[in-house]
Amino acid sequence: MIPASFDYVKASSADEAISLISEHGDEAKLLAGGHSLIPMMKLRLAVPSVLVDIAGVRDLSHVEDRGDHIAIGALAKHRSIETSDLLIAQCPMLAHVASKVGDPQVRHRGTIGGSLAHSDPASDLPAAVLALGGSLIVQGPNGQREIAATDFFTGYFESALAEDEMLTEVKVPKSPGTNWNYQKFNRRAQDWAIVGVAAAQVDGAMQVSLVNMGSTPLRATAVETALASGASAAEAADEAANGTEAPTDLNASPEYRAHLARVLTKRALEASGVE
Amino acid sequence: MPPYCWRKGSTVEISVSVNGTQRTSEVEARTLLVYYLRDELGLTGTNVGCDTSSCGACTVHVNGESVKSCTMLAVQADGENVTTIEGLAPSSDELHPMQESFREHHGLQCGYCTPGMVMAACSLLDENPRPSEADVREGLEGNLCRCTGYHNIVKAVLACSGQDVS
Repeated sequence: MIPASFDYVKASSADEAISLISEHGDEAKLLAGGHSLIPMMKLRLAVPSVLVDIAGVRDLSHVEDRGDHIAIGALAKHRSIETSDLLIAQCPMLAHVASKVGDPQVRHRGTIGGSLAHSDPASDLPAAVLALGGSLIVQGPNGQREIAATDFFTGYFESALAEDEMLTEVKVPKSPGTNWNYQKFNRRAQDWAIVGVAAAQVDGAMQVSLVNMGSTPLRATAVETALASGASAAEAADEAANGTEAPTDLNASPEYRAHLARVLTKRALEASGVE
Repeated sequence: MPPYCWRKGSTVEISVSVNGTQRTSEVEARTLLVYYLRDELGLTGTNVGCDTSSCGACTVHVNGESVKSCTMLAVQADGENVTTIEGLAPSSDELHPMQESFREHHGLQCGYCTPGMVMAACSLLDENPRPSEADVREGLEGNLCRCTGYHNIVKAVLACSGQDVS
């Protein structure tokens, strides 16, 4: 399968890329690692007229200590997140989740910015950033703005990114230690999660998110509320599917997904030190 | 449109180091790396299996790291170093140690997945020189063998890392 023809543009800076997507609107797509976009283009699920290659944009692959948080450039590859000493020490959950994306070949090319901007409810990294209570820096023609991860995912493969905006950086709070866990349930190696659960203790509170339990990655607010009022891991996990509208597909019915969410949440909470 | 834009249907000049030789070619921007390697350069050792980024038969190295060449555009390899299965052996009458290990431990049956398996295995050992058996199985999860020859493939990779598999 070969993608349909497109105009190909190499951007050498974020400003240049933003001016190009401003000019072309929804006919243009940004190409970073291409590991979500190229498969969709091959299947004609995406047919951009203009492809703006941002892989050559410098200064967007960093993983930096910024005091109370870590800043990650949108073009940082999954492999560099997985192996970052800074993240392993200060935000081990994110490094671990990056190591669970796809397979090694995918992790050598795919980028965190690409994964978040793609906003696939079945992806690992959006749920991780959501559970951590991270935020996203996006740049448009009129400057930058910061969007909380909880406000970023707005619909099925839809985000708060405007047509003329580019995701440039991801910020995650420092959350060292062992009070975190990621449960990814799938039947085949390298597959997306049928259901996944990310849990992380941030500033003393346990935050939990769900993968593939709705049209976006979700915070398991019912679980968090139960924990805040003193529920045990088992009691809180019983709430995992409350308020969700789990999708149905060849892998699982909504009822089965709800069951998985409860089981995996209990495991994730217990592994995060919740009794 | 700025000058660094190539219109639909036109070709882009790319310069890629392939197996140590600098190659300059004109390709359409939508050309996938695997088809550039096979059709343009005649390097047919890299196989196309699923064509959907699942099976790993098309695995090559870009700057020393394993990638699936069906999920990368040739233009994305412009200025980069690509190694294919043809570029692995030190000479035409000598195998790379990983190839030798696959032969020694019968790490193949039909052979279709083998070039991708070998390239993925080399990248794995670069990142983890003494992997456990579990590390190898996980490290090769992006490569499918439909002859179900995984056991001997894993053995070949462990042996190539200098570990006893007897």
